[in-house]
Amino acid sequence: MKKKFKLPILATGPVHPLQEEMEFFQLYVDGETVVDIDVRLSYNHRGIEKISESLQFDQVPFLVSRICGICSASHPLAYVQAVEEIAGIIPPERALYVRTIINELERIHSHILWVGLAGHFIGYETVFMWAWKYREPVLDMLEKITGNRNNYGNVKIGGCREDLPEGIEEEIYPILDQIEKKMDMLTKAVLDDPILHARLKGVGVLKKEDAVNYAVTGPTARASGIPIDVRRDDPYAAYDLVDWNVCVQEEGDVFAKVVVRLLEVFEAIKIIRQALAKLPKGPITTEVKEIPPGEAIGRAEAPRGETFHYVRSEGGNTPARHKARAPSYVNVPSFKASCIGEKISDVLITLAAVDPCYSCTERLGVVAPRSGKVIYDFDMLLQLSREKTTRIRKGL
Amino acid sequence: MNWKIWSLKKSPWVFHVNTGACNNCDIEVVNCLTPKFDVERFGVTLVGSPRHADALLVTGVVTAQAAPRLIQAYQQAPKPCVVFSIGACACGTGIFHKGYHVVGPVDKIIREIDPNAIIAYVPGCPPKPEAMISGIVKTLNAL
Ligand code: SF4
Repeated sequence: MKKKFKLPILATGPVHPLQEEMEFFQLYVDGETVVDIDVRLSYNHRGIEKISESLQFDQVPFLVSRICGICSASHPLAYVQAVEEIAGIIPPERALYVRTIINELERIHSHILWVGLAGHFIGYETVFMWAWKYREPVLDMLEKITGNRNNYGNVKIGGCREDLPEGIEEEIYPILDQIEKKMDMLTKAVLDDPILHARLKGVGVLKKEDAVNYAVTGPTARASGIPIDVRRDDPYAAYDLVDWNVCVQEEGDVFAKVVVRLLEVFEAIKIIRQALAKLPKGPITTEVKEIPPGEAIGRAEAPRGETFHYVRSEGGNTPARHKARAPSYVNVPSFKASCIGEKISDVLITLAAVDPCYSCTERLGVVAPRSGKVIYDFDMLLQLSREKTTRIRKGL
Repeated sequence: MNWKIWSLKKSPWVFHVNTGACNNCDIEVVNCLTPKFDVERFGVTLVGSPRHADALLVTGVVTAQAAPRLIQAYQQAPKPCVVFSIGACACGTGIFHKGYHVVGPVDKIIREIDPNAIIAYVPGCPPKPEAMISGIVKTLNAL
């Protein structure tokens, strides 16, 4: 570790013109090659878990949907599933299908968004503009169903807040056909493009062992040949009632991640078609009287990977403890495995390839008042943690 | 009308600062540039440095870590410079008002260093791209 401080540092961020969020990367470079990387975060930390403890159970979904705007259907779903497990509530079947449809629409728009951004990062603006254009009908659809283009706020404990509007099927089917056609063209264009091959193949490889060691999830893991998907492994909503496939690629490079995401768009379209066809009639919500004491976890597959929520209730109106773990929290550290040894010009696309979402990830931020300087580092946190154990041990 | 204001109103170049947003406001800002809304038709373009910017688009509550960076970005921008607070968070901290890491809405931070700053508000969670475009047009007309 000593040696790396002698190397030149390339600082990137925190106000970074390419990625929207504030984040700070220190690249230790030797010539053009990156030998180590440090990620400094917490510019986006808002203390959501603490705020959540001051809100009532049914207000929390609105808060957790604002953990990350792009996963604003998966976070509330994971939270709601945890609370439903504590209270032993089984939502009506129609609600499960509505949740599935909204989550898959979200996945489509998120993956297309990422493909566009990836094009933007490597200077391929055509892909950026095309992808974002094809994404607009999905947002219009979500606006029609939930009333907002993002931040849907549609799931609640015991079901859904709003039913699908009357006659929405006739509108969704043509839009799905249209997206499928456009994405088919885009996928073929991306897969056959020699420039993209040269730029993305063999770049930022995350080997299967590394992927296991860093415990990555979602498309990042599936592109490294690990077939995990919460929708299949621990089915929720209506995913076990429809027929679909988990998309896996073996290579682990950036190109594999593009392919996995593009293929998942088609799977999502397939799921929505089946869910619409099977949509049962009936109520969309059950009555919830009270949340008994207890604890439970909820898991959902967000576009970026597994979202995990832990909720503990002590029988009051508010959660006693609420913990959220977003997929980027485990995906971001894998930069250490995928970026080292790359050229500087390839690092950005490698960083972007896991689709990191820093507003999800930031669970901790310690700053000195006013100066904005980070005062705690890993060793100090370790010491604090050990001191706490000692204190508890003495108390026992 | 002062010539600086007159020139500010033509083709405003904007710099985007995220001070702790949930990403939604940011993707809607980027959405304004893409084919459906395409504000580049009117000469509005995102630039890579606050030193080139006529306006700052600030999204999200200002967190303790981000506040010094926001101040720095504002100080680097040539004056006169319009600050747009985009979204409920930036206008008045919104749902995060109880957060311990939140130091305040954008106007509070900017007014601390420049009491005469021009600040415009575009509320909504997130505001639709149409709302942002309308906010920018109204502000520029009112200058
Ligand atoms: S206003 Fe809403 S959408 Fe915008 S950053 Fe805040 S929570 Fe997110």
